[in-house]
Amino acid sequence: MRRSSKRVNESVDIVRLTYFQRLWRNMRHYPSLYLLFIPVLLYFLIFKYGPMFGAVIAFEKYRPARGILHSQWVGLKNFREFLTGPYAKRTIINTLMLNFWQILIGFPAPILLAILLNEVQHTRYKKVVQTTSYLPYFISLVVVCGIIKDFTASDGLFSDILASFGFPRENLLTDPRYYRAIYVASSLWQACGWGSILYIATLTNTDPQLYEAATIDGAGRFRCIWHVTLPALLPVIIVQLIMRIGNIMSYGADRTLLLYSPAVYDKADIISSFVYRYGLQDLNFSFASAVDLFNSVINLILLYTANKVSGKLTGESLW
Amino acid sequence: MVRRKTTGDRIFDAINYIFLGLFMFVCIYPLWHVLCGSISDPVLLNQHSGAILWPLGFSNGGYKNAFANPNIGLGFLNTLFYVGFGTVVRMVLTCIGAYVLSERNFMLRKPLTLMIVFTMYFTGGMIPDYLLVNALGLTNTRWALIVPLAITTWNMIILKTAFQSVPDALVESARLDGAGELTTLFHIILPVTKASLAVITMYYVVNEWNAWFKAAIYLPAKHDYFPLQLVLRELLINDAGSSGTSLGEATGVSVETLLLQKVTQYAVIVISTLPIIVVYPFAQKYFVKGVMMGSVKG
Repeated sequence: MRRSSKRVNESVDIVRLTYFQRLWRNMRHYPSLYLLFIPVLLYFLIFKYGPMFGAVIAFEKYRPARGILHSQWVGLKNFREFLTGPYAKRTIINTLMLNFWQILIGFPAPILLAILLNEVQHTRYKKVVQTTSYLPYFISLVVVCGIIKDFTASDGLFSDILASFGFPRENLLTDPRYYRAIYVASSLWQACGWGSILYIATLTNTDPQLYEAATIDGAGRFRCIWHVTLPALLPVIIVQLIMRIGNIMSYGADRTLLLYSPAVYDKADIISSFVYRYGLQDLNFSFASAVDLFNSVINLILLYTANKVSGKLTGESLW
Repeated sequence: MVRRKTTGDRIFDAINYIFLGLFMFVCIYPLWHVLCGSISDPVLLNQHSGAILWPLGFSNGGYKNAFANPNIGLGFLNTLFYVGFGTVVRMVLTCIGAYVLSERNFMLRKPLTLMIVFTMYFTGGMIPDYLLVNALGLTNTRWALIVPLAITTWNMIILKTAFQSVPDALVESARLDGAGELTTLFHIILPVTKASLAVITMYYVVNEWNAWFKAAIYLPAKHDYFPLQLVLRELLINDAGSSGTSLGEATGVSVETLLLQKVTQYAVIVISTLPIIVVYPFAQKYFVKGVMMGSVKG
């Protein structure tokens, strides 16, 4: 511990001081630490806690002219309106469905990639595949969605391919049947390689003797993967899965805003895009804020639950 | 480890190598398609259907058109400012915050850390954020993309963990030599955590380079301040399939403009992605460290 010797000397009189006396003493001893922290503290108070206070407009009929403090208090009216209104079901189901597919396909893909790469003995080839696979992650989302838009247009690459199988040409992105598939595929393309880094790094640290022992016991390739590789990855997989589940409600607003259009709202409109449209485009501040707050609370509950369940089942948890 | 290969092993390897090869192709192809398309002859490009494996003829019309659009250059300069100045501000504040929170003599370390970590899991939301920025008079100013986004909590927490791993003996010996807080931070802690700093800088730069959403919210009426990504959104997303006016000259939609639309969009993508491709090899060595640092338990 830093300055442990000094601490011991101080500890004698520390016991007799109250918390605030000790704090005052600490401040006089290390004034620069406190001074340095002022801008950081201000940032968090203003830009993180400020909006939390601002979120009370969810319980008001907020009018900009009256301000947050003097707008009319309406209690849970906005929440009730959302939950009983026509959009709650659609946006909640869409959020969950999109996440369901994203987790079902997007979550295991990097793990599979890491396992396959782990089986490659040719180091150069492995390196080339890895380096290539990270690249899509660095292409900006706007560009990726721009390319998607071009490929899925009625004269785009994907339509060309579908047309050669006899499907009629159409704009695929505005077809509700294809929207989720395109969304999930584009995010898979961007994130698969990057997501595998963590698993590959974990496997690099796995004891090679485990594989040797398994081979001596007569285990083939697949049994090695099943009995050595997967168990080595399991703790990381669980932590990643908890974090991913904790993100369900806050996920995907920007990709959605870039890809969706009124024609596919039925399948595409998720809670965060709904909040953006209602709040910032139509200026229903209070209503949108209530929806967003509802979303945040569900998100917190999900994260907490996932963490608890995982802690119980496997002993792995975030906190 | 030497393992004798069975036939099953060989088949597995062959399939694995081919599969990974296809995977690489999928990763690269869209970019290749765009690159080839951008220098293709616009007439041939518009007639073509299916994959593009090699440029179809040659034309620099797309690039000419893209460079003729003043918004792209302006967007580049704006992004340069947001990324450059923004990253400096962010790194300074993040380092200071991480340093103070990692300092064991700081009595408020625990409660303040808790208070800060809480903001990662619960936020006021998009609307209150917007109202606050508006109330502070930052809307439609360049500061709107700097001040409200001055610290990414997650980055600060990761950096705090990195600072905490600096051996105490190193810090103590500096203190004995009479070093103050800032001297300790700049001359002892930062030099030994260089790799971590590089990673956090990379996070900030990549994030800011890609950002468009905050700009769309906070700069609704200031096209002159748009970062590149927002300009790209207008050119690639909002205009795609429509008239293509914003890509050509302002003199109305000529047949030529419509013809050049696709090739111009491809050229715009190439131009705006080139900086990433140039930096990519240099950033590569930090990828693994970056991901590992980010995976520490909160």
